[in-house]
Amino acid sequence: MASITLNALAHTYTDNPTKPEDYAIREMTHVWEQGGAFALLGPSGCGKSTLLNIISGLLEPSDGEVLFDGKRVNELKPEERNIAQVFQFPVVYDTMTVFDNLAFPLRNIGVPEYKVKSKVYEVAEILELSDQLTRKAKGLSADQKQKVSMGRGLVRDDVSAILFDEPLTVIDPQLKWKLRRKLKQIHEQFNITMVYVTHDQLEASTFADKIAVMYNGQIVQFGTPRELFENPAHTFVGYFIGSPGMNFFDAELKSQGDQKAALMFGDHEISVSDAMLTRLHAMGADKVTMGIRPEFVHVWDGKNNDAFPVDVDYVEDLGTYKILSFLFNGQVMKARLSEDQKVPSGQIYVSFPEQWTKVYVDDYLIDIADQAAVNDTVEETDHAN
Amino acid sequence: MQTKVENNKAWFLVLPVFLIVAFSAIIPLMTVVNYSVQDIFDPYTRYFVGTEWFKQVMLDSRLHEALLRQFLYSFTILAIEVPLGICVALMMPTKGRGASLSLILVAIPLLIPWNVVGTIWQIFGRADIGLFGAFMSGIGVDYNYASDPTDAWLTVVLMDVWHWTPLVALLCYSGLRAIPEVYYQAARIDQASRWAVFRYIQLPKLTNVLIIGVLLRFMDSFMIYTEPFVLTGGGPGSSTTFLSQSLVQQAIGQFDLGPAAAFSLVYFLIILLVCWVFYTTIMNMQKDK
Repeated sequence: MASITLNALAHTYTDNPTKPEDYAIREMTHVWEQGGAFALLGPSGCGKSTLLNIISGLLEPSDGEVLFDGKRVNELKPEERNIAQVFQFPVVYDTMTVFDNLAFPLRNIGVPEYKVKSKVYEVAEILELSDQLTRKAKGLSADQKQKVSMGRGLVRDDVSAILFDEPLTVIDPQLKWKLRRKLKQIHEQFNITMVYVTHDQLEASTFADKIAVMYNGQIVQFGTPRELFENPAHTFVGYFIGSPGMNFFDAELKSQGDQKAALMFGDHEISVSDAMLTRLHAMGADKVTMGIRPEFVHVWDGKNNDAFPVDVDYVEDLGTYKILSFLFNGQVMKARLSEDQKVPSGQIYVSFPEQWTKVYVDDYLIDIADQAAVNDTVEETDHAN
Repeated sequence: MQTKVENNKAWFLVLPVFLIVAFSAIIPLMTVVNYSVQDIFDPYTRYFVGTEWFKQVMLDSRLHEALLRQFLYSFTILAIEVPLGICVALMMPTKGRGASLSLILVAIPLLIPWNVVGTIWQIFGRADIGLFGAFMSGIGVDYNYASDPTDAWLTVVLMDVWHWTPLVALLCYSGLRAIPEVYYQAARIDQASRWAVFRYIQLPKLTNVLIIGVLLRFMDSFMIYTEPFVLTGGGPGSSTTFLSQSLVQQAIGQFDLGPAAAFSLVYFLIILLVCWVFYTTIMNMQKDK
């Protein structure tokens, strides 16, 4: 068991990288603490699997260091790092029985057979594979095969971490849920560091205590599911997490005569705190992106002079709640309506609570509450420690 | 509502296939069957002899010897070509210019006509003008495939290994390429040794191509004719006379068409039987418990 530190890590698949886009992993420093259940969430091609393979040693990073418990492991081969990795497609050794599959990593390092036996029985018990032990692995179903490949990671006592690379992709939906709960249970029982790569936010938030959201080769935010939802540090997090994603619109910082400056979306002033305005002014940022989650958009039942008049586009009924699409200043935005809220039509009034209206400059959140810049993940991690 | 018309017209659709199979397999085979149960002198003079020819063939000690030699030969070349082919495939580079170059080099022997292969080795093995023969006498080995039965055997086997190992190698190479990279990654993480990777990942994934390889090589080597015929002519004595050569001697050399036909059928059945036994055994071994 170990904490995993990535120190100034970067990776490129090209020979002569010149621009940031040449990097699959852009320089990052990140710590996965010992014993945590983490998810690495991001769209396809954002570098999640590359990062995972660097941790396990299947890939050697172009720059930077990988540290296990503070010790540099860059030069160690995967077999020497003592990690377990579960792949997207289940890997089982076809000709072996389930027992032999589970025993394989132990036999490879010369563990005496009586220990192999007790350990395999123990792990098979946990994974509910006990009655399958004498079967050939070839005939197993996909979820059982995935359990076997997971089990091969669990049989070793001193495994540093278990890495999961979208392990539930090929599993039937109803079994996915079961297997995910099993994972969680195993995590609680063994207290092993687990890193779970996925592009499914639901999977990430049910499995992990903390989620790292990855975008374009960078970890743009590392936090609890709640933090990601309430305070997205990057526009991508706002867009990717939540269903539907955050509403974004461009606003301008304008000062009108000798009045104090205000953030304007077209002709409408979007209210933010004075501290925010001061901050933006100090930064010299006059063009910003603002974001608000559909869940936090307030839809008034009647006319309200403090709210913005907008036009209803359409309403989608999703069973327990409804998604309202409206046109505000020519831009489509969404708001979430609860079941008992009446379905509006025509012109309605909405307002954006100051607390939930986020301001982004160059895609990164301007956080007033916490003066530390959230766009720096190093500090974010230190903070967590 | 229209009632469905029932007739047997659909059978006409099967007719072309039936005709092709009849002309390509059944009728020629029936000719052989016809000869094997009759003694035919000319189209008007023939006698039904029943199983006479079969009895004669079964009791022919020359054929027994040839059959033994044939099995010995087939198993020898299989025992060499299959492991060697796997080794070659494992050593072949997988990407870059080396990969295509090695594929071409390995495939070359397969492109040479059989009688040319025989000729090449006939010259190659001669002590006076052949490189191999000269090399053998150079290192002090008294090597002469034309007079020494052991040397003749060695040369015939060597020739077949040279000619056909590439086939096994190419089959294995394609099989190896089909193994997803993730298996090797998993094996590294499980700290598997090189041997374990071969034994538990590569070999199991090669089973299917190896079945094809072994069947092809068995059938081909069991029917081998041209190369030994060109190289040794079946000699010295009858030490490299295999079944098909005996058959040709009987059918064309002595014009004993009756016994030759009976012999052909037995020959055919032996190949069929061995292939069936081999295939069934492998398939049973693969079954889940």
